Amino acid sequence: MSEFVDRRNLDFVLFEMLDLDTLLTTPRYEEHDRESITAMLDVVEGIAETNFLPFAAKLDANEPKFVDGKVEIIPEVGEALSVLGEAGLFAAGFDEAIGGLQLPWVVTTNINGIFTAANLSVANYAFLTVGAANMLNAFGTDEQKDAYLPNMLAGKWFGTMCLSEPQAGSSLADIKTKAVRKDDGTFSLSGSKMWISGGDHELSDNIIHMVLARIEGAPVGTRGISLFIVPRYRLNEAGERGEWNHIALAGLNHKMGQRGTTNCLLNFGESGETVGYLLGEENKGLACMFHMMNEARVGVGQASVMSALAGYLHAVDYARERPQGRPAGVKDQSTPQVSIIEHTDVRRMLMAQKAAVEGGLSLTSYCSLLVDKQKTAETAEERAEYDDLLGLLTPVAKSWPSEHCLEANKWAIQILGGYGYTRDYPVERHYRDNRLNHIHEGTFGIQGRDLLGRKLRAGVSALTPLRNQISSTIETARAQGLNAECDQLEKALASAEKAIEVVRSCEEENLSLANATLFLDAFGTVVVAWLWLWQASVAKQASPEAGSSEETFYKSKIAAAQYFFRYELSKVFNTFELVASLDDTCELASADFFGVS
Amino acid sequence: MKVLVPVKRVIDYNVKARVKPDQSGVDLANVKMSMNPFDEISVEEAVRLKEAGTATEVVVVSIGPQQCQETLRTALAMGADRGILIKTDDKVEPLAVAKLLKAVVAEESPELVILGKQAIDDDSNQTGQMLAALLDWPQGTFANEVKVDGGKANVTREIDGGLQTVALDLPAIVTTDLRLNEPRYASLPNIMKAKKKPIDMKEIGDYGVDVAPRLTTVKVTEPPVREAGEIVEDVPTLVSKLKAKGAL
Ligand SMILES: Cc1cc2nc3c(=O)[nH]c(=O)nc-3n(C[C@H](O)[C@H](O)[C@H](O)COP(=O)(O)OP(=O)(O)OC[C@H]3O[C@@H](n4cnc5c(N)ncnc54)[C@H](O)[C@@H]3O)c2cc1C
Repeated sequence: MSEFVDRRNLDFVLFEMLDLDTLLTTPRYEEHDRESITAMLDVVEGIAETNFLPFAAKLDANEPKFVDGKVEIIPEVGEALSVLGEAGLFAAGFDEAIGGLQLPWVVTTNINGIFTAANLSVANYAFLTVGAANMLNAFGTDEQKDAYLPNMLAGKWFGTMCLSEPQAGSSLADIKTKAVRKDDGTFSLSGSKMWISGGDHELSDNIIHMVLARIEGAPVGTRGISLFIVPRYRLNEAGERGEWNHIALAGLNHKMGQRGTTNCLLNFGESGETVGYLLGEENKGLACMFHMMNEARVGVGQASVMSALAGYLHAVDYARERPQGRPAGVKDQSTPQVSIIEHTDVRRMLMAQKAAVEGGLSLTSYCSLLVDKQKTAETAEERAEYDDLLGLLTPVAKSWPSEHCLEANKWAIQILGGYGYTRDYPVERHYRDNRLNHIHEGTFGIQGRDLLGRKLRAGVSALTPLRNQISSTIETARAQGLNAECDQLEKALASAEKAIEVVRSCEEENLSLANATLFLDAFGTVVVAWLWLWQASVAKQASPEAGSSEETFYKSKIAAAQYFFRYELSKVFNTFELVASLDDTCELASADFFGVS
Repeated sequence: MKVLVPVKRVIDYNVKARVKPDQSGVDLANVKMSMNPFDEISVEEAVRLKEAGTATEVVVVSIGPQQCQETLRTALAMGADRGILIKTDDKVEPLAVAKLLKAVVAEESPELVILGKQAIDDDSNQTGQMLAALLDWPQGTFANEVKVDGGKANVTREIDGGLQTVALDLPAIVTTDLRLNEPRYASLPNIMKAKKKPIDMKEIGDYGVDVAPRLTTVKVTEPPVREAGEIVEDVPTLVSKLKAKGAL
């Protein structure tokens, strides 16, 4: 029994729901087909099971240590990552032209997800490297690409993202790291970067940091931020790892979860010169970072779904095995106990997890598919429409799983009772691991402002493309007899639109966004309800053999969709009304109201 | 030296097998299927022989439905050179498989055939031995180490109570045991390259052998659920309980 993948559901999402086969007929992806993608997923599942899963708990219990100026990590981490490199997994998502396999992003996202579910602390090193390489590939000069990409794509050199500083997290406008231009066109960097995942370790021959800094004399705020390539070791004449670039590890952070990924405070240019190379244009650093933001944020959502999946699958197994109590109404205590899965309330907790996990996976997969659709769009208008849709849904894909899949991890712990609260079982670890996803890559609050403020209120994104997609699903679903769900979804959308109208016409920005985070959460629930309706309607169209496991699978889809509409979507109406009423309880609450007076 | 490796498509070892409602067999609808794990070991061994320069070509053959092509592709991605698919939707028993393989051997003239010692779906453990008998070739079964040198294969076998090494004159049959090697995972680029490697499509009719089954399946059922145990006071009680059950 596998505890970290659900291949049947993955097949359902990729092929039955999102119709990956059609994407694979486009010239960009025509080298791939269902068979080879399935073969790749098989390999990925095998590597994850053999080389990642077995030491996840051990790594959590033995977090990296800072000894004599160096990071010590248990050896399994390096071994697993080299298997990943040898299998060609660092390069898989890149274009063939630069040595990749040009895999669709929706496939890459789900490949990554399998490693996340098995042992995300290890997978993080690879994801960060791929993210950094992506940026280099998009903005680097040919010379820069030649210097770094081959080793990064082979998994020999790792990468990081250095945005945050001790005093600047959400507000990147306030970063202070300084870059001084030198005569040869390179820069000399100084300052501190905080929270840098994978910032220091001995797992790879070199670490290539992507660093945000201000060039001396640059304008204040976000318009004065540039992006730099800053290698841990400079490259020598031969292009190999040369002398140390004076990036000092000032300390490791001791985290709640994801403990196997080093998290570092790095000091640049303290004991000697740290050389940096400008990537892209001067003062356009944030724009470069944001270019990759959609992919990165959907990736965070995917990670959250996967932590929840791992917890859910464990909880299901446990619930089938654990005998406890008798059904309500059975008074005779000499009768045998039943497995807890026989208790309705336990099945409710399983249903909550299934709805969040499978709903979340459909969301992150759909958004990843939009990236592929942008790349294969035939006209500029079509591309613009996908662009708009992805922009609108990115904060949702990042935040909805972070909230609801974390909640799913809570229910997994609950199903194991006291055992779930101990470290002898993995469910509390998955919860701790998942808790980060609400914080990094823009907190829940920042995402709420992005969606309701920047995108919907200021009009950067329109609702129309999403509305069109939803309408077409509703049309199909009505033909399948899912009328009650369709009506409810229409109502919820109308309620969201009303709230957006009010927010748009309110001149006071602060007040209009007072409940932006709650709006994001409810809006996310509407989007996921749409995706559940879509899944239910696909399930209704299937014709499995009576009594088969396939029949059970499709029935479970329809039941989970029903659950989602009745138990979750029903909650959004209050929230939208609250947003539309411009409720100012929190807006007017004085800072003095809180804490001990 | 050419090496022939037969590979079987079986229900994945991770899948919890369920019996079909009509008890005619195991429910395989949309169930994950993979290469028989023992056959993976055979492919790995053959590819290693090729990497060491001992073998010049590795040919994989599968007998079964069209989807066996996926199993062949897995072997090609691991490093085999080409495949042969003998297509049939009927059940083929070990004897029929051995006869078909004999015909393939006649066409391909390999010097070594490496088979898994058994397939994890029916656990027959017969095909390799039957093939050796039909060809009248020497056999080294349950191999834990294989060394090919100067027209001979030295095969170390896992036997009750230890290991036994036999020297076989080539051509020969080897069947693999679990500890022979640890099969590699194909790399993703090699999965793509395997798409371009040739697979020869054949029908059972091409070989003119009688593959009619010799066995009839009466019915397939789940194993009985284990009954709850009981802790007894002392040894005399245990003995009397066992006697009462007719176990002593
Ligand atoms: C384990 C871990 C790994 C990380 N990895 C990296 C990495 O690899 N690279 C990197 O650069 N960074 C990384 N980060 C940093 C992460 O992105 C920041 O922690 C995050 O952006 C929040 O910044 P902060 O911690 O300074 O919190 P703050 O910005 O101080 O936020 C504190 C709280 O205030 C709220 N808040 C702040 N500003 C506003 C506002 N304007 N409106 C409303 N609410 C607001 C926030 O929502 C939050 O709830 C990592 C963090 C962690 C914990």
